[in-house]
Amino acid sequence: MSNELEHEGSSILPVQQTSTEVNTPVSVLPPHVLRRADIDPIAATRAERQVSIMFLLSALFTLLAIVSFIAIPVDQYVRVPGAGVTQASNLAVGFTLGMAILLIGLGAIHWAKKLMPDEEVTDSRHSFSSSKEIRQSVMEEIRLGGQESGFATRKIVRRSLLTALALLPLPAVVLALDFGPTPKNELRSTLWGKGVRLVTDPTGRLLRPEDFQVGSLVSAHPENLHDWEEENHNLNARAKTPILVVRMSPEELRSTQGEGWDYQGIVAFSKVCTHVGCPIALYEHRTHHLLCPCHQSTFDLADSANVVFGPAARRLPQLPISVDSEGYLIAQSDFQEPVGPSFWERG
Amino acid sequence: MSNSVNQGPIDKSIDGTVKYLDDRFSTAGFIKRNMRKVFPDHWSFMLGEIALYSFIILLLSGTYLTFFYKPSMLEIVYDGSYLPLKGIKMSEAYASTLEISFDVRGGLLMRQIHHWAALLFVASVSIHLLRVFFTGAFRKPREINWLIGTGLLTLAIFEGFSGYSLPDDLLSGTGLRIASGIVLAIPVVGTYASYLVFGGEFPGLDFMSRLYTIHVLLIPGILLGLITAHLMMVWYQKHTQYPGPGRTNNNVVGYPLLPVYMAKAGGFFFIVFGILVLVSALVTINPIWAYGPYIPDQVTAGSQPDWYIGWLDGSTRLMPNWEITIPGLFTLSLNVLIPTLILPGLMFTILGLYPWIEQWITGDKRAHHLLERPRNNPNRTGLGVMALTFYAILWISGGNDIIAQMLNLSINAITITMRAMLIIAPPIAFVITKRICLSLQHKDKELLLHGEPTGRLLRLPSGEFIEIHEPVSDAKRAVLLSRTELPMLPVPASHDANGVKTPNLWAKKLQRRLSHWWSVDQVPLPTVAELESATEHTLHELSEAQEQGVELTKDTPAPTSNH
Ligand code: HEM
Ligand code: FES
Repeated sequence: MSNELEHEGSSILPVQQTSTEVNTPVSVLPPHVLRRADIDPIAATRAERQVSIMFLLSALFTLLAIVSFIAIPVDQYVRVPGAGVTQASNLAVGFTLGMAILLIGLGAIHWAKKLMPDEEVTDSRHSFSSSKEIRQSVMEEIRLGGQESGFATRKIVRRSLLTALALLPLPAVVLALDFGPTPKNELRSTLWGKGVRLVTDPTGRLLRPEDFQVGSLVSAHPENLHDWEEENHNLNARAKTPILVVRMSPEELRSTQGEGWDYQGIVAFSKVCTHVGCPIALYEHRTHHLLCPCHQSTFDLADSANVVFGPAARRLPQLPISVDSEGYLIAQSDFQEPVGPSFWERG
Repeated sequence: MSNSVNQGPIDKSIDGTVKYLDDRFSTAGFIKRNMRKVFPDHWSFMLGEIALYSFIILLLSGTYLTFFYKPSMLEIVYDGSYLPLKGIKMSEAYASTLEISFDVRGGLLMRQIHHWAALLFVASVSIHLLRVFFTGAFRKPREINWLIGTGLLTLAIFEGFSGYSLPDDLLSGTGLRIASGIVLAIPVVGTYASYLVFGGEFPGLDFMSRLYTIHVLLIPGILLGLITAHLMMVWYQKHTQYPGPGRTNNNVVGYPLLPVYMAKAGGFFFIVFGILVLVSALVTINPIWAYGPYIPDQVTAGSQPDWYIGWLDGSTRLMPNWEITIPGLFTLSLNVLIPTLILPGLMFTILGLYPWIEQWITGDKRAHHLLERPRNNPNRTGLGVMALTFYAILWISGGNDIIAQMLNLSINAITITMRAMLIIAPPIAFVITKRICLSLQHKDKELLLHGEPTGRLLRLPSGEFIEIHEPVSDAKRAVLLSRTELPMLPVPASHDANGVKTPNLWAKKLQRRLSHWWSVDQVPLPTVAELESATEHTLHELSEAQEQGVELTKDTPAPTSNH
């Protein structure tokens, strides 16, 4: 411990520089200067008047707030220069209430500053450390208590207690198991499957290859999503199924994720970012780059939707598509790999 | 004091209350000890107060919101008075937030007060932390309170994020989608954890009601407990004070609790509250109606989270796409784990432990009640600015798309530049800050020795001109001279007197080297002798000036040197 500046017992030290102990005025407070209101009764009365005017104004604003609350209908709007169209009630109630509250504060501070005594006072600090004797006796007593309990000597009791205590939190973990189901195959499957038609969202129009010009990009869903949502009333499927469909001229397509996955240059990719799952939205059709608005991962649709830049580590899964006998675009199967963010078991 | 003759009704009620309470709880002693408790005054001490007041305002406005908000993800068709969304499918959570905004009188005001107060809360906590850091207020005996403070900041951020997520609008839903992706990235148990949190797949139907309990009960409860402990410690240990005349490490100078401090602090609560209400009346915040309901396949570009999440957004954006996959076995998403869990965890751990880290380096175990001027501890100040720079770069990177758009540059170029800056800029900030601190120390020494230049010239008998200096005022001198010197630690002996090897010698050697580095550059304060001869010199100069009839300014001590 000689390595440290420790001072048992007295934790308060004069920490000022030693060279200054003589000769400096450090220990005296500067003389107190009287304010106008302390010596001049007129100034004091003026201050008093100012404070009470603030309090009275506050009272007035409170009444105005009540009036505006009752009088102004909530669906009335006003145009405020600079702020655009805003709710009249919000503006009026907020302004009056804000002033009412603010003026109480301003009044109180003005009162404290002008009229209450402003002479600083000094109090001394005391070391927090107790005397050596007291500390010693406390340590002794704790040790004695420990001995009397036999905690140190009765090994079996101690160990069995620790075992019991260590196990006790486990039921809490077990209870948590029913917070949700155990993951099964959900993260690996979607509503897509062999023969499922592509529809636009939200209009639900079936898609044909003729709908696609080179370069045009369409968001689509599986046709069965609508029925599924009618039945299940949640958004879980919608978080996985969205795809982006685009037609590219064959010479632009530098690679695909599989033979025959496109239909005459029409390719479909999952719209869910492989980083942490935002829907991808921005398409620059000159470069065929898709940009995720969340953290700017960029995917190249002409190159199997591989990652060009950004924190995403994996390409967007491709959905193999084709047309059915009626000429509508359909999926050839589900995605061949999980869509969306990575997870441990993904492998 | 008060004898029972001529008592007014106020005196009577005071006496009555004091007696009543004292008979039952023996409170008179406590009140007597604390009524005139001294509180040092400084604007920077109001930062903690702002945090406290905005927390109270959050409790008040939040309680109001719970009377209308429905934490439910059940899908309904909107039929309220906001026409653009009429007939649209949305969750009850989102619909009830629209109801508060458009169908409840004062509802929008309360929502905006709540949101503005939340922004102010995290901001004031953060700046309060900086004030505590840069003045060394965290030193012994206040380390534990610093640790509690770190916990408060962490919780404040979580509380803010959970509240931001409740309306279930498109922005907050996208935030939750990202959060679910982060949970999925946790090694081994991530998938299970995410199923437990969301009650199955994302988004499910359970999450909002769970988040609601966390936001209105769990975190506020812990915050309330920790804030109480925080303030009790400030009370018990007494507030620190800035150096100045009459202020030492052994006293506390300021205003008594009753009446001045109470009036000022109480009044300040109303000021903070009043300003928040005014801002909420005038400035729209989080217009959830403009974003629309959360639908997992929709997103808006260029959207930003609340300011205190920006640095996490930035770290996520800057992270290279490292992912380790062993096919058939596992995927480890370092690209998600590092920026969202590992880095913040590390940063907050270092933040919480900082008082002990510095204590270990300097070996200083003394109690400090006098605050340090940042320049007087150049390494700490440098480290602080370094950490701030790191944070600022992450924060700015959270808006890399917006910057790219504004500057018409490619996002990739900006991201790569920011990655480089994140590594290069903090050390540079450290060096520059340290330099500035040391040169300020030099300036202080000059001031002590030679006084303040007055701008007036004196002609010496030799014909040469010199500028007249006045000794610094007593008040300034007290500030300049207050400095905590840190002796460097001695070189540790490899063996003790009995020839036993010192345990952990390498650690002691490292500690000694760091302690040396910590104080080696300090500009030494002038010694007593130097000060005295310098004073004499200045006074001599002054009296010469007076003989020549140069007019002096007010506070200069009369040049009647008796040295
Ligand atoms: C909920 C958040 C917080 C509230 C309501 C709060 C409130 C306060 C108040 C009212 C004071 C006394 C006035 C002042 O010095 O500003 C104080 C002092 C203090 N706070 Fe906080 N604070 C919070 C967060 C933090 C954080 C994040 C830290 C640091 C990690 C921190 C560390 C300290 C310390 C060490 C003191 C003693 C300062 C001294 O005596 O000079 N606090 N706090
Ligand atoms: S979610 Fe797409 S980049 Fe992060």
